[in-house]
Amino acid sequence: MKKILHIKRQLNSNSESYYENFVYESDNENATVATALLTTPVIWEHSCLQKKCGACAMVINGKPALACNTRLADMDCEIINIEPLRKFPVIQDLRVDRQALMDKLKELKVWLESDSINGNENISYEASRCLECGLCLEVCPNYYMDGKFGGMAAMTPLARIIDKSSKDQHKELKKNYKKGVYNSCGKSLACRDICPAKIDIDKLLVKSNAAAIWNRWNKE
Amino acid sequence: MAVYVNILGAGLAGMTAARTLAKNNIHVRLFSVQVSQRAQSNLAEGGLNAALNMMGEDDDINQHYEDTMKGGCYIANPDMVKGLCEGAPSIVDEMKRIGVPWHMENGHIIQRPFGGQKKRRTCFCMSSTGKILTTASIDDTRKYEDSGLIERYTHHKFAGILVNNNKCIGIKIYDNHEGTYNNYSGPVIICSGGMNGMFPGRTTGTTSNTGSVTAMLFNSGVKLSNLEFIQYHPTTVRITDKRMLISEAARGEGGRLCYLDDDKKVSFMEDKFGERGNLMPRDVVSKEIALINKTTYLDMTGLNSDIWNNRLSDLRQEIIDYLHKDPAYELIEVAPGIHYFMGGIKVDINHETNIEGLYAAGECAAAYHGANRLGGNSLLGAIYGGKTAAKSIIKSLDRFDYINDLNELSDDLNGNIFLTDDEKAKDIMLTDILSKTMGILRDETSLNLGLCELENIETNNASFEFKSRLNLAKAITECAISRRESRGAHNRTDYPESNDSYKKPTTVSLVNNEIIIE
Ligand SMILES: Cc1cc2nc3c(=O)[nH]c(=O)nc-3n(C[C@H](O)[C@H](O)[C@H](O)COP(=O)(O)OP(=O)(O)OC[C@H]3O[C@@H](n4cnc5c(N)ncnc54)[C@H](O)[C@@H]3O)c2cc1C
Ligand code: SF4
Ligand code: FES
Repeated sequence: MKKILHIKRQLNSNSESYYENFVYESDNENATVATALLTTPVIWEHSCLQKKCGACAMVINGKPALACNTRLADMDCEIINIEPLRKFPVIQDLRVDRQALMDKLKELKVWLESDSINGNENISYEASRCLECGLCLEVCPNYYMDGKFGGMAAMTPLARIIDKSSKDQHKELKKNYKKGVYNSCGKSLACRDICPAKIDIDKLLVKSNAAAIWNRWNKE
Repeated sequence: MAVYVNILGAGLAGMTAARTLAKNNIHVRLFSVQVSQRAQSNLAEGGLNAALNMMGEDDDINQHYEDTMKGGCYIANPDMVKGLCEGAPSIVDEMKRIGVPWHMENGHIIQRPFGGQKKRRTCFCMSSTGKILTTASIDDTRKYEDSGLIERYTHHKFAGILVNNNKCIGIKIYDNHEGTYNNYSGPVIICSGGMNGMFPGRTTGTTSNTGSVTAMLFNSGVKLSNLEFIQYHPTTVRITDKRMLISEAARGEGGRLCYLDDDKKVSFMEDKFGERGNLMPRDVVSKEIALINKTTYLDMTGLNSDIWNNRLSDLRQEIIDYLHKDPAYELIEVAPGIHYFMGGIKVDINHETNIEGLYAAGECAAAYHGANRLGGNSLLGAIYGGKTAAKSIIKSLDRFDYINDLNELSDDLNGNIFLTDDEKAKDIMLTDILSKTMGILRDETSLNLGLCELENIETNNASFEFKSRLNLAKAITECAISRRESRGAHNRTDYPESNDSYKKPTTVSLVNNEIIIE
């Protein structure tokens, strides 16, 4: 297999971007975009190399994806276009600054103020799985950095807090859920198909809406 | 001036240390090269051990202690292991209080069997325990970020410790986004994880744990311990870029190891060790696989649908995704792969190193696991270790009055923590030699050969990082040479038995650029 990686590069946040080609040849039919990128001098974020950490999110042939979860053999074309995520500022090459995701979670107060209640084990488990990779925001028509809306990357961790929180926190959560999620979500649900963790967003939305919008909170 | 505590590494150990300090109103700077969501702690699968005795098997803390000491072949510090096992039940409870959905049935926590433990003692969240624990810890840490007690510095890379008169007075950090170096004063806790990067592409861990932090500390006079003990996990599979773990939970829930003899399954572990053969400690299983030297399979075809659906659905999906095989119906070929580093930074019971004011916790520290770690004890060790290091600092905060303005202190660390292209090529050589030399089975000749090859690598004008990595590689090899016996994960074919005169940890230090083994 021979692939040409057509990569958008950038020296630093202020410089002009340019494209550079790298040839990758291998017999390994399971080689991923990550495998190929590891052979180049291009700067990109990686850590687990098995779709468990969300580091390697980027845009591959126009589609936001994890590099370590994208098999080269699955792409028909020889030339593979690789670009950094578009909704976040580029630091260098394919590395972007996703601090906005973390800031949003802080703004929406995504933590438990007091001891967790038992809640619904399945919901908390599902909501804990979010990688904070940002792929869902990349495809969301309503998300832009520094806007009010936090997208699925905020909805998912909030669902865990909504499920586990006790009464003293409900008022604040209701406000933040409305502001950060409910009011701006256009229900395009493009995030559902892109999420590499295959998080069951419908289940989380139904549960969180029931609690934070319709006041059907879990009992302690 | 208020003392700030500097923590390097934001996995479970680092976040736990940070929160313990913040709860006591102590300011913390939490540095890490990536956000906590990317840390190796997220990858942990099978669970965390605590003698809760939920399964009606008369388990207690003493038995957890005994199993841990025995699993580690009796070279871990007994008092430290006692503390770990005593601290475990409250850690499970604390994690529950920050919202961890432990697997429960009928209102109580369920514990699964794990290797080297006589009782069902491992608490879990399916086969994603590390991810679930880390998410809850990240959320709880955020609370203190909001109150200002914890300041997060992500995309910040370790560049060295600042030492004066054998006391640590601060840390040097490189900001990956700004491209600048800064010195930060205060005591330091290192929580930088295992040394995976010394064996790139050959471990189950992350690429961000490069081993360089441990290497640079070693070069700066920090003593290390037990480097020869590298855990090969018996059930890993090669995927393209690394070795992927198949959690011990697979065997805990009924999976069996076998090889095929004319299509007939031979359960070699059960044949040799009886009913619990599949759940012998990892060192024993991996050594056995190396000795039989046949293609080995994990047979999970006997697991019932309740286990697949409620306890291992994530593990099954992962195997299907990466190997295109369904373990419910097919045998899975497995082989031992590097999974955990029992050795690392030498610490005392307070998690302090030989340099005053410098602490280490989590996988980077050699603390609780002796010659072989039991599954489920390292999540525990990371959380307990982070807490213990923080508590030691809290107890003696006024000791750090000696720390003041760093600007007056000159250091020679600037600008040399990046490998040049030439060094990157040499680093591949170095790690290839190390991987070849530090296999499951070792002997003096091949270890000496490895050391000799390492010594031939040129270091003229080398960067601080590369020099340090080479010294660490040599130190690992020399530790293995010096232990002329077999114990736990260290198997010497030329010394196949254990020998009581070696029943103690190895300590290694760098003095005048010479590696000294104690
Ligand atoms: C696949 C897998 C499964 C596992 N399953 C289990 C299990 O079921 N049970 C169990 O008990 N244990 C398990 N373990 C082991 C356990 O997960 C780890 O030992 C533990 O999580 C280590 O935590 P830590 O906080 O010490 O380090 P990590 O979580 O590795 O965190 C290290 C931190 O240091 C930072 N860092 C590293 N280098 C630098 C640098 N140069 N500059 C700045 N920051 C740096 C990283 O960014 C990260 O934040 C498993 C491990 C793996 C790989
Ligand atoms: S919800 Fe899915 S796509 Fe969005 S950040 Fe989390 S893991 Fe990534
Ligand atoms: S490197 Fe972790 S998701 Fe790709």
